[in-house]
This record gives sequence, C-alpha cells and structure tokens, in this order.
Amino acid sequence: MLRRRVIPCLDVADGRVVKGTRFVDLVDEGDPPELAERYAREGADELVFLDITAAPERRRTLLDIVERTARRAFIPLTVGGGVRTVTEMRHVLRAGADKVSLNTAAVADPDLIARCADRFGRQAVVVAIDALATGAGTWEVVVKGGRERTGLDAVAWARRAVELGAGELLVTSIDRDGTGSGFDTDLLRAISSSVVVPVIASGGAAGPDDFVAAVRDGGADAVLAASIFHRQIHAIADVKAAMAAAGLPVRLAPQAVA
Amino acid sequence: MNPRPLIAVVDYGAGNLVSIDQALTTVGADVRVAKDAEALRGVDAVIVPGVGAAAPAMARLDRRGLTGPIRAWLHAGRPFLGICLGLQLLFEGSDEDGATTLGILPGRTRRLEDAPTLPHIGWNQVEQTRTHQLFDEIDDGADFYFVHSYAGAPTGDGADRVELARTTHGRPFTSAIQRGSLFGVQFHPERSGPDGLRLLHNFVELVRAA
Repeated sequence: MLRRRVIPCLDVADGRVVKGTRFVDLVDEGDPPELAERYAREGADELVFLDITAAPERRRTLLDIVERTARRAFIPLTVGGGVRTVTEMRHVLRAGADKVSLNTAAVADPDLIARCADRFGRQAVVVAIDALATGAGTWEVVVKGGRERTGLDAVAWARRAVELGAGELLVTSIDRDGTGSGFDTDLLRAISSSVVVPVIASGGAAGPDDFVAAVRDGGADAVLAASIFHRQIHAIADVKAAMAAAGLPVRLAPQAVA
Repeated sequence: MNPRPLIAVVDYGAGNLVSIDQALTTVGADVRVAKDAEALRGVDAVIVPGVGAAAPAMARLDRRGLTGPIRAWLHAGRPFLGICLGLQLLFEGSDEDGATTLGILPGRTRRLEDAPTLPHIGWNQVEQTRTHQLFDEIDDGADFYFVHSYAGAPTGDGADRVELARTTHGRPFTSAIQRGSLFGVQFHPERSGPDGLRLLHNFVELVRAA
C-alpha cells in the first residue's frame, strides 16, 4: 500500500538553512546536507529545498548544496525557488534533484509547466500553489512569497496546472504558514478532490495531529513541515507514530546498515 | 578478479545521475557515466536509469548511438539493471506514447489500472514473488520509492518466471524482473534508503560473481 509521506522542508538562503515566518526574521539553522542526512536517518520520506535567495549569481551555491545532499541522503529531493526555464530545471536535476517545484514562474508563464513536463516527464514537475483565503471556500493564488495577489482561483489553477503537466501539487496555506495553527484542511480537500495527482500539504503544522488531519480530512498524500522538525519540537518518528495510530499507512524507517 | 566491478550508467540526458553514481560507489562499484557506445567497452555491467516517457528516451539513445550496443549487450546475456524507465524500455513497446522499445522481454508498458492517484509517487511495498539473491537481506514487503504512471507487464509463457516482485497501487503490477543476468526494477533503489542500497549491493555482488 502506498505510504503517506512526511517531508521536511529546508528553506535555504545563501547556502544555509533558515526559517522564519515566511521570508522575515530569518534564523540560521544549519548546513543543508547535514540536516538532510539527519532527516533521512530519522525517517523522512523525501526532502524539499526551497531556495529563498534564488539570486541568479548565487545559483552555483544552490547546485553545490543539491549535489552534496544527493551524495549523503538516499531519499528523493525536490528543489524549488527561482527556476524559470527548462535549462535551469535541467541544471538542478543534473546536480542531483529528482523534482523541481515551480511557483511564481509557472503563474507568469503557465506553458513552462508543459515544457518542463515534456522534457523531463511530469513526475519531475511539482507545481507549488500558495493560497490565500478570500472567503468561505474560496482561495486566491498569491506569488512572490505571498506578497502579490494574482486574481487566480486556487482550485481552478490547480486543475489547470495538472492539465499542463504537473505531476504533484504542493499546496501551502499562506494564512497558516509559520503560524502553527494547523493545516487548512478545507483548502486541501477542495484541491485533492479536484485532481488525480498527489497533493502535498504545507503551511501551519504544529503537532502530529495536524499531519493526521491533513491526510484524513484534507485528502493529502504527503505532508510537509519545516520549523517543527528543525527546532526539534517534534521528531519525524513521533509524527509517523501518530499517523500509524490513526490507521494511516506510513513507512517505518529501516535501521541503516553501518 | 576485480574487487570493484566497473558499471556503466547510461546517460541519455534524462536527469539526475548523481544519486545512482553515489549509491553504486557506496556499495562497492566503480561507475563510468556512458554517453556513447565507446564508454561501454570493458565494463562489467550496464545500468539504464531514467524517468519519463519512452519515445524521447529511445530517440536520445538512438542519437547517441547507444541503442544497438545496449541491445547487443542484452542479447549476449551480460549483467544489466534497468531502473524505472530503464526497465520499461526492455519490453516491446509502450502505451504511453506508442514507442517501440528494445523488445528484449515479451510484454508491453501499460498505464497503471485503477490507481487512486497518478503518477504513483512515494514509498510502496515490494512483495517478492520468488526468492532471489537480488533481495538478499531485504524483507518481503519492504518499502521502496516509486515515481511513475506506467509499468512493464510481462506476457507469454515465461511471464511468471520473469517476475520477481509485485506492488499494488490500484491493481498489482510487476515491480521487479529477472531473467538470467538481466534485472529490472520499477522503483528507485538509489532513492530508497538502506534497503535500496542493499539491493544495489546485491546487484554488485551478482556482477562480481558473473
């Protein structure tokens, strides 16, 4: 049976892991490959790097980090932040990433999703959707880290992204992100019931029960969180134990061979 | 005997090769990334990795002059491991885009049936349908990482003997095959943690003994 995934997200700026309430009050929390290896050992099912500097002149730093991580952690790696072309996606995959997540660039140029999926397969293309609640049961897509509204309905955009070639959707509630108030399960349900591809829940995790709710109530296939893992508020094993206790299929990590 | 077998990992521009390179190196092999036929000379085994669709992959193998040499390698029964798309290419053709593939194994690559989500992405259980050294010290039902929408379906009289493992997403599909020194896995051992490394270690041991 397909397992529900637990995915730590590492926000990376200038080659270091940072996390604040999104994009402000950044706190240095470590070396990305080192943290990645620790998470893999502790049972992370995948890893996501979100490059929040993404200044073009610093891309080399990110690619180095991706390669060092791929050589230490034998679990899948998704990289998001700043990929705007098929060529940039190619560089990130060649460095050792398995998937690339597209966000602002896909909203500005939806056909980018199709071009990337044609070249690398849809399984390599994650479309990240940052959604802002605008009323009862409606959400608007926002970009640039939540600073800019787009006028796009989040559920309609999710469907369109999948038609264009997205193999997965990473859905973040901007209202909940960094607040520790739980995932927006209504948003997750609205999207997961509209598309066939896996949905990754993001934004708002505070404790193991939130992960259970994202899957059970939100229909998410995978759950992503950052600060609760970095700050060791909860261990991945605790989250998985809670999911297993709720009857959800999870992978219990085998012990590494020395 | 060479204590570290030399394994060619075929590069046809399909993306991440860092993980498979590192994983093979970790379990005791030397790796040569092979972009042309010349690079296959003198190696002990060939691995074709890859994700995505069959037609562009076959076109890129053709363009690099690799299709003929890989076919010859397979017909000679030399050690080979196909990963994900690399397994699918061993069959006669793919329903994904109608591509004609290598035709080494009877059967076609078909879309997963009744799958609750597509692509099938994530960790899923690999149920061993017969005992083989490839799965030495790996529990029956161990989790491996999958990312695909299609899978090769062996057909014909020898189908049962070719299949090595099955996995269920919607309906069961063949997730590992073996015939002589030819191996294929639909999952990604290079992204499947300690059990994945164990499987690659077992493959390297089989190459060493070949």
